[in-house]
Amino acid sequence: MEYLFIIISAIFVNNIMLAQFLGTCPFIGVSNKLSTATGMSMAVCFVMTLATLVTYLLNKYLLLPFGLDFLQTIAFILVIAALVQMVEIVLKKVSPSLYQALGIYLPLITTNCAVLGVAINVVTKQFTFGGGPSHMLNLGEAVVYSFATALGYGLAMVLFAGLREHLALNDVPKDFRGVPIAFITIGILALAFMGFSGIV
Amino acid sequence: MNNRLQTFTRGLVKENPTYVLLLGLCPTLATTTSAINGLSMGLATLFVLVLSNMAISAIARFVPDKVHIPVYIVVIATFVTVLQLLMQAYTPAIYSALGVFIPLIVVNCIVLGRAEAFANKHGILDSALDGFGVGVGFIISLTVLGMVREILGTGSVFGWKFITGDGILAFVMAPGAFLCLGYLMVLFNKYLKK
Repeated sequence: MEYLFIIISAIFVNNIMLAQFLGTCPFIGVSNKLSTATGMSMAVCFVMTLATLVTYLLNKYLLLPFGLDFLQTIAFILVIAALVQMVEIVLKKVSPSLYQALGIYLPLITTNCAVLGVAINVVTKQFTFGGGPSHMLNLGEAVVYSFATALGYGLAMVLFAGLREHLALNDVPKDFRGVPIAFITIGILALAFMGFSGIV
Repeated sequence: MNNRLQTFTRGLVKENPTYVLLLGLCPTLATTTSAINGLSMGLATLFVLVLSNMAISAIARFVPDKVHIPVYIVVIATFVTVLQLLMQAYTPAIYSALGVFIPLIVVNCIVLGRAEAFANKHGILDSALDGFGVGVGFIISLTVLGMVREILGTGSVFGWKFITGDGILAFVMAPGAFLCLGYLMVLFNKYLKK
């Protein structure tokens, strides 16, 4: 039950893009077409879950016991960068078709603040789900939370890419063209997602 | 001398990081719930930007080309950690208000972008000026966005309330950030961009 709350909360109520503003740059950058948006969402899902798992273990068994938690920022970004490189190499060898699909998006993910943001949030913040007591996440919860968060990012991206494809066909006033109208559209989308608040 | 002045002023309007280059959008949207928060975030980014630009322009000649991005990221992450410790010690209230977005300066594309585009090809003084100019441009755009959202959302500026009543709460929350930034970009396009 607890896991269900985590999943609903991470996808709809506290959507990482529409409520927490993480990962805006790639969101604007690759949401021009539905196909690129889907590819990017899959890559984020993959890396975010893996990165949270690795950084959670690193924090718990290496940084905290030795009192090195002030190095969190440096350690996490290095781990994520190395992880992305490794995933790229392994995928190329093991599953060329998946590599073809995700390939160009993987390097972009290193500087996607959503990945680092979730990794830091999971080890520093207290979470409350479904009216329960606020607590630090354990390993299982952290992995489920990061995966659900990535799904929420994917959902927002695919929804928005669909809207943006239609937007391209419309006659938009000159000063609104491109990014400004995109932001106004995201604003309205975020307004719609606010309707989910209070569910869990 | 004129060149130096240009290096500084370019980041303010012509290459404004938020409205023209569209860099560093996450902290722009997330931390501008009030003018003071936007200003603090801008100052924090300025600190990292100037110092990392200077450090990177000093070491750029010795860094092999293949590993320059990881090296730059480590340099930036070091200054961010220094900033985190300083803010925890002297401005704990602002540090907790800005939350995760202080460590996230590491992946702010403005900082790495200036290192790549400017600092690794220019001298230390020029790089510091460039970082300062872009940082001030970032401060301006964040403070303006923060002020607009604070006025619409709570009817106050920098905490000074001049409209009685509640204000439109949605502008302090997520949707307002996107809407305000969108409309400010329209105004910027109309009046300032040539």
